[in-house]
Amino acid sequence: MQILERLKSFPNLIRAVSVTVFFVCWEIFGRDADPLFMTYPSAIGRAFLEILASGELTKAFLASMIPFAIGLAISIVGGILIGILIAQFWLLEYILDPFLNALYAIPRVALIPLVILWAGLEETGKVSILVSIAIFPVIINTYSGIRDVRGSLLEIGRAYCASPLQLFWKITLPASIPYIMAGIRLALGLAIIGIVVAELFTAMTGLGGLIVFYANAFATAKLFVPIIVIAVVGVILTEIVMFIERKLSRWRVSERERL
Amino acid sequence: MFLAVKNLEKSFRLRPTGNRAKGKRTQSLLLTVLQDISLAIEKGEFVALLGSSGCGKTTLLRLIAGLAKADKGEVVIDGRRVEEPRRDLCMVFQNFGLLPWRTVEDNVMFPLELDGVGRPQRIERARHFLYLVGLTGFERHYPHELSGGMQQRVGIARALVRSPAVLLMDEPFAALDAQTREVLQEDFLKIWNELGTTVVFVTHSIDEALVLSDRIVVMEAGPGQVKEIIDSPFASLRLEGDIRGHPEFAKYRQRIRALISRNRS
Repeated sequence: MQILERLKSFPNLIRAVSVTVFFVCWEIFGRDADPLFMTYPSAIGRAFLEILASGELTKAFLASMIPFAIGLAISIVGGILIGILIAQFWLLEYILDPFLNALYAIPRVALIPLVILWAGLEETGKVSILVSIAIFPVIINTYSGIRDVRGSLLEIGRAYCASPLQLFWKITLPASIPYIMAGIRLALGLAIIGIVVAELFTAMTGLGGLIVFYANAFATAKLFVPIIVIAVVGVILTEIVMFIERKLSRWRVSERERL
Repeated sequence: MFLAVKNLEKSFRLRPTGNRAKGKRTQSLLLTVLQDISLAIEKGEFVALLGSSGCGKTTLLRLIAGLAKADKGEVVIDGRRVEEPRRDLCMVFQNFGLLPWRTVEDNVMFPLELDGVGRPQRIERARHFLYLVGLTGFERHYPHELSGGMQQRVGIARALVRSPAVLLMDEPFAALDAQTREVLQEDFLKIWNELGTTVVFVTHSIDEALVLSDRIVVMEAGPGQVKEIIDSPFASLRLEGDIRGHPEFAKYRQRIRALISRNRS
């Protein structure tokens, strides 16, 4: 019991041991499995080096990441702009919100064939699918962030004679940054799903394309390589966004603690 | 007259809730918050608006600040009618009203930023007023890293940074603990004495009104009116030390308390 209590203060040690044990077991028992259905870590490592050396991996990585970056950028910038506009102009809100609600309610994956029909199978198609999935959390969070700005904060601006534009730039927008950052973090996760889904459906290029290709070829060890690359990219990007989010939202966390 | 409040009247429309389900036509209630308020304040005067909650003292301050519109009457400051917030009227808020994402210095610079003052001059002025309120060395701190008393010092520095003609203070020390409050009262009196700004100070504390002001406007509720205006007998003594120990202090406090409690019944 005492040992357990002590271990409680070393969560990272427990995590590291858990992961190590998992990989060791996988390595040992994976070797006994049919290579058609299952593989093991060292085989994946060899497959990684192999497709890296052939240039296949780099090509697929870029084919995924360029539309990914474009689509994410459009989702963030466009989402913030739309969120700001519908939060600030009631007329625009009433005009647009039936469509936004309808689009939000439909599983966006169901729209992919339609998007492909309009935007094609190439890069434009990928970017369109990604944006259609990732833009919504940015719009919604920006909107609710601006709407939730406390009246007392705006009153400070009014009391000190801020113009409407100053009120927006110096109070409304900084006050909603924590919400907007949370929206961006959600968008990032959805964008990663979006790019893979887009590639499964469309041109069969990029990392998603590799997954389909190797799965069809029953090259199970190689199949794991793009999956792991996607996971690593996802974890790194999420960590970066969370780091920025923590920096920008520090005042809010401590404010909440005080209330 | 520097600051004149003339026959001010203000009502709020109350929308009753709850009985709409019965299908009755709900009639909104008109609640008169301020009725026929007139005041005359001289330049450089320190005036307290004193009253229990609900007497409309904060509403009166908001009307003077131009943050709300009166139904009747007018407020004239420095020869001009107050129609909306003005740069020569600066407000200190009860809950400090700081912008939590800005550092202490950036909070103090906020009004100057709105005025388009250049950065070097902004910093210089902000530093000067932070020095005046005793916060030199805390320029880069964030509000949440400061105690309540220090936060309100920032609030005061921010209001003073524009060199306002009138400083409007809405129960600025009410959210502080008793010790901090007394320290801030004393420090603020010194600053006021140095700058000579006209101050309108809302409070529900009789002691605070007596300790700080030249004149005390005692208000009564339902509808809010001026009950009596008292010249503080301690006005000439207050800078020389704590007047709470003055032999006459208890007598005056008693007198004002009687005024306030009579209108409660």
